[in-house]
Amino acid sequence: MWTMIQQISPYAVAYTIPLLITALGGLYSERSGVVNIGLEGLMVVGSFAGALSISMLQPTLHGQALWIGLFFAAVCGALFSLLHAFASISLSADQVISGTAINMIASALTVFIARNLTGSGNIIIEGFTRFDVPVLSDIPVVGKLLFINTYATTWLVLAILAVSYVVLYKTVFGLRLRACGEHPHAADSAGINVYLMRYIAVIISGAFSGLGGAIILVTYSGEFSGTVFGLGFLALAALIFGQWKPLGILGATVFFGFASTIANVSQATPLFASIPGVLLKIFPYVVTLLVLVLFSRTSEAPRASGEPFSHGKR
Amino acid sequence: MRSWLKRKVKKEAVVLLCAILLGLVAGAVFMEITGSSALTGYKFLLRGSLMSVERIGNTLATATPLIFTGLSVAFAFKTGLFNIGAAGQMLFGGFCATALGLSLNLPKPVLLPLMILVALVGGALWATLPGLLKARYNVHEVVSTIMLNWVAYWVVYYTVPAYFKGSFETESRYLPSEASLRMDALTQFFSGSYINLGLVLAILAVLIMAFILKKTTLGFELKAVGFNRYAAEYAGINANRCIIVSMMIAGALAGLGGMTLYCGYATSIQIGVLPTQGIDGIATALLGANSPWGVLGAALFFGMLYSGKGFMNAMTSIPPEIADTIIATIIYFAATSVLIEKGLDKIKRRFSRGGI
Repeated sequence: MWTMIQQISPYAVAYTIPLLITALGGLYSERSGVVNIGLEGLMVVGSFAGALSISMLQPTLHGQALWIGLFFAAVCGALFSLLHAFASISLSADQVISGTAINMIASALTVFIARNLTGSGNIIIEGFTRFDVPVLSDIPVVGKLLFINTYATTWLVLAILAVSYVVLYKTVFGLRLRACGEHPHAADSAGINVYLMRYIAVIISGAFSGLGGAIILVTYSGEFSGTVFGLGFLALAALIFGQWKPLGILGATVFFGFASTIANVSQATPLFASIPGVLLKIFPYVVTLLVLVLFSRTSEAPRASGEPFSHGKR
Repeated sequence: MRSWLKRKVKKEAVVLLCAILLGLVAGAVFMEITGSSALTGYKFLLRGSLMSVERIGNTLATATPLIFTGLSVAFAFKTGLFNIGAAGQMLFGGFCATALGLSLNLPKPVLLPLMILVALVGGALWATLPGLLKARYNVHEVVSTIMLNWVAYWVVYYTVPAYFKGSFETESRYLPSEASLRMDALTQFFSGSYINLGLVLAILAVLIMAFILKKTTLGFELKAVGFNRYAAEYAGINANRCIIVSMMIAGALAGLGGMTLYCGYATSIQIGVLPTQGIDGIATALLGANSPWGVLGAALFFGMLYSGKGFMNAMTSIPPEIADTIIATIIYFAATSVLIEKGLDKIKRRFSRGGI
């Protein structure tokens, strides 16, 4: 059992990280009061922007190309999220509909452009290689579990998680952002620019989702194909599963990561080979539904999440 | 009151037409940017969907599942629910119908109604659960229906190869003609197109939905809950029951749509794909302003774009994804319709100031 967990741990972590960063992006957005169902599409945009820039830069820049690609993906995700921000904040449009439109535009437009460039619509790149963290990987038990075969992006995302925790809970900015999601009119009368805060939050969610999409590309997928396989929606579920809290999200995404990886490798491991594959595959989704039911009474959703804000309305 | 309502409907229609126009303009811009002629592109798109009787038949066949998913999303919308899980309901309903069609050996007039029934029940089942969770535990239907999409995906992924494996690993056996919605007379009339009885079912569904929403107490209650759940409850309407019923009907519609896709348009069920008609149904409902007749029109329009794109791609260098891009842009413009409304008002004011 223990050796099996050790074996699948690097794969589970690789699957967890893009989910985690995207869900964190969703956290900023929802905490400021904007539901962002367009995470999926923003991930696709990031994956596309990353693939495009990396495939162009890789012949000349090698190692740095990947980091530039990740940065470019985050920028494009942020820019694309402005569409959602504009519709849902400035025009008070239905946020779920606007997010759906984002998803549709992203997956159609990226493949459209990719086909114009490559013909097949796929862009293949060479991703990061895994490495063992020096010193830390020698720690007994934990070292083998967490510090072997890691990607550099994993540490980047964990650092962003730590920073996000501090920003959201220990800074004035974080307090204001959360206030906008709980009671925008109270925040407004305290002199906070609700529109601006919500714009910033949605842009952060776009940047993080773009980064998440690109991380899928540079770690385990290695190719842009016009889809992120529903991970954006899964990140949305993880956000609710984690009760709109950074550490809760970490727990939820790690659960998804391990559950999906176990389902993927079940045939190769004697422990799980006896369980029908379909049960393992649907396990994470069924558990999410159960958790949502369990938490329904004590749900800590931001109170004004999904509600358009306008100055004049009281 | 009535004239106010009429003016509002008219305004909504104008706004949506503007959204379509803007979407087509955006499509033209994308074509021109990528170095193709937009005029030729649209010409071949139109010819690809309407050039011959066969192609018109294919356009109608492409629109059929869209009518169902559009109705499904629109119906749930009326009760204030966002059914983003039409894909899963379609997949499961279609799967139930296909499974029955492959298992039973009955004459067509007996088998088809049975298949329709299980498609309705399968789809309804897949949507009633989110309805229940929403009514009982206040679980948001967007998340629960997405989760169930993936459950349906994996159930079909494992069940089809295990019990209904065809010549390929990724699809089921072909349905016998007794279990297909295609009819010889219809196919011949449209010189061999995919058109099938599903279209008749779809138009029936439009009529029934319009009747339920306009003329029945149930429809009134569902809409009341959609406008304001608490006001409806205060007026003695059982809101929880309405939510469950609304999702059930929405799911049944999507399930039947799945049957028209797998047992009419196609002749087998594929694994490893969630039908795109689920998300496109949202677009159809939005463009159709959530009214059954609007959905019918929007589905026919999208059906034209989708069935013409292959021909356009064959005749020009424009990728077929332009159709999806146009639809997505239209939806974004529909979502930001406030902007269009403001623009229209401005134009109107300028004209009236001109003293005409």
